[in-house]
Amino acid sequence: MTSLQNRLNPQTLLGGLVPQSREHWINVVLVVGLVGAAVLAHFLGERFYINLASRIAIIAMAAVGLNLALGFGGMVSFGHAAFFGLGGYVAGIAAYHAFNMTPVLGIGFMPEGTTQMLSIWLVTLLVSGLLGLAIGKISLGTSGVYFIMITLAFAQMMYYFANSWPNYGGEDGLPIFLRNELPLVDTNHHLTFFFVAATLLLISLWISQRLMGSRFGAALTMARMNPVRLATSGIDPQPVKLVAFVISAMIAGLAGALYADLNRFVSPSMLSWHFSGELIVIVILGGVGRLYGPLAGAILFVLMETWLGGVTQHWQFWLGLVLLGVVLFARGGLMGFLAGRSKDV
Amino acid sequence: MSEPILRISNLNKAFGALKATQDVSIDLYPGEIHALIGPNGAGKSTIIGQVSGNLAPDSGTIELDGEDITALTVAERARRGLGRSFQISSLADELSVRRNVMMAVQAKQGSPFRFWSPIRTDASLLDPTMAVLERLGLQERAGTVIAELSHGERRQVEMACALALQPKVLLLDEPMAGMGSEGTSRLTGFLEELKKEVPILLIEHDMDAVFRLADRVSVLVSGAVLVHGTADEIRNHPAVREAYLGEETA
Repeated sequence: MTSLQNRLNPQTLLGGLVPQSREHWINVVLVVGLVGAAVLAHFLGERFYINLASRIAIIAMAAVGLNLALGFGGMVSFGHAAFFGLGGYVAGIAAYHAFNMTPVLGIGFMPEGTTQMLSIWLVTLLVSGLLGLAIGKISLGTSGVYFIMITLAFAQMMYYFANSWPNYGGEDGLPIFLRNELPLVDTNHHLTFFFVAATLLLISLWISQRLMGSRFGAALTMARMNPVRLATSGIDPQPVKLVAFVISAMIAGLAGALYADLNRFVSPSMLSWHFSGELIVIVILGGVGRLYGPLAGAILFVLMETWLGGVTQHWQFWLGLVLLGVVLFARGGLMGFLAGRSKDV
Repeated sequence: MSEPILRISNLNKAFGALKATQDVSIDLYPGEIHALIGPNGAGKSTIIGQVSGNLAPDSGTIELDGEDITALTVAERARRGLGRSFQISSLADELSVRRNVMMAVQAKQGSPFRFWSPIRTDASLLDPTMAVLERLGLQERAGTVIAELSHGERRQVEMACALALQPKVLLLDEPMAGMGSEGTSRLTGFLEELKKEVPILLIEHDMDAVFRLADRVSVLVSGAVLVHGTADEIRNHPAVREAYLGEETA
């Protein structure tokens, strides 16, 4: 272990010309594999598999968001479906009002919705950031199992609210008749939409990477590992964690807006605790606090769901076994198994 | 030089019926080591906790360099120049020595909300960090994770973290604990030099080290200051010999 750490210490890495770490190459393989699979599916005319790749990219992005809170910040949020679903409803509601030419939320002075993804994304980032701020501010007053429960409670409140609010479909959900639009590209084209999703996934990965390599990331890492040391060093842990939680919520929200557009449908199930749980499972499968862990986890999870789910109704039993194996034998998840210990020391 | 850098006045703290701190007043002047001694359970760590901000006193005030810091958080006190080491090392075990010490250097330089530029290549962080590590003879261990260090090395990293803050005052809670005789004498020598730069409030069980280092000593018994005076006065004080030193000869 010592030799590994010496070999990978920052000064050696900075020497340039040193071969990239194994983790780096695995990250490249994951991204190239996903994009390659989507392109291949396109040329084989397999629309189902292009959309599956889009689904993986979007769910991976939501998990990248969660990883920032759970993996890097040590905040076990069991309520990230709240942000994912909120993003979904922003996309759905915007499209609904644009279609009906009525003001948003039925409030007179509001604009009549929009079908422009860029506007939808901006609004999503704003509202999911605000919701993250509110939930984070209250939840971070607690820790451990109470933090898990309070984030779950907030998400459940959103879930039941969406369920019982008839204006936007209630429990039946809200269809998006035409996929929202982007300038210059045709979002109804399956492969094009995949590239939109994959681009946003890569941007969120890139942002995570920069964040975690910065001073803020160093403080967040210390807030997770030893908050007493961070405070003794002169930095209050709470504001650092809160900001990470807000950014995490924004990324999950944006993924939700894309997911609604992928399915052209948003329903309360996007807000359900099952989805919060799935995101946690994906982060753990991939490797908690590993940058590309969420992508590895999302690929594994969605493929298992699709293929095992096609073979047996009880696919979640097998998922459970895999999860058990990961937790017992590969604490670093898939990334830990493939790439060895994290080199971030 | 006549103003104390740290002034603890009439501090009281009770845990239920137990009066852990009773009307304690201690001051610390530039250039000195003020040792706080007393039998186990006398409330020494409770006082350190209140000074560093981990515990809120029931009454009394704590002033650092003329500023009342009684109501400030741990981090705010640290930023104002209060460095401390823990009785039991409190470091991030999975991170390197460098990363642990760098935290304090970073805090010293201001806001943690700098999101973009990488720290790995940031000379304004790395250089001061390496300077502190060199001072403690830890430069060879900069890239080693804390979990792989010996007990003595961890104590030194704690000291490095405290020094990286460029503190005005150091609170050291049993820095010699668990160190061999060689480590103790080396650390004693280091602290002798250090006190010229940073005054130190020292809690220590090793009486040889205390009497070699301390300019003044306060003896704490059952949460209250029993006597206080220069090291020589304390060494020969009959009440102290009875209450404390007599029991500690083993």
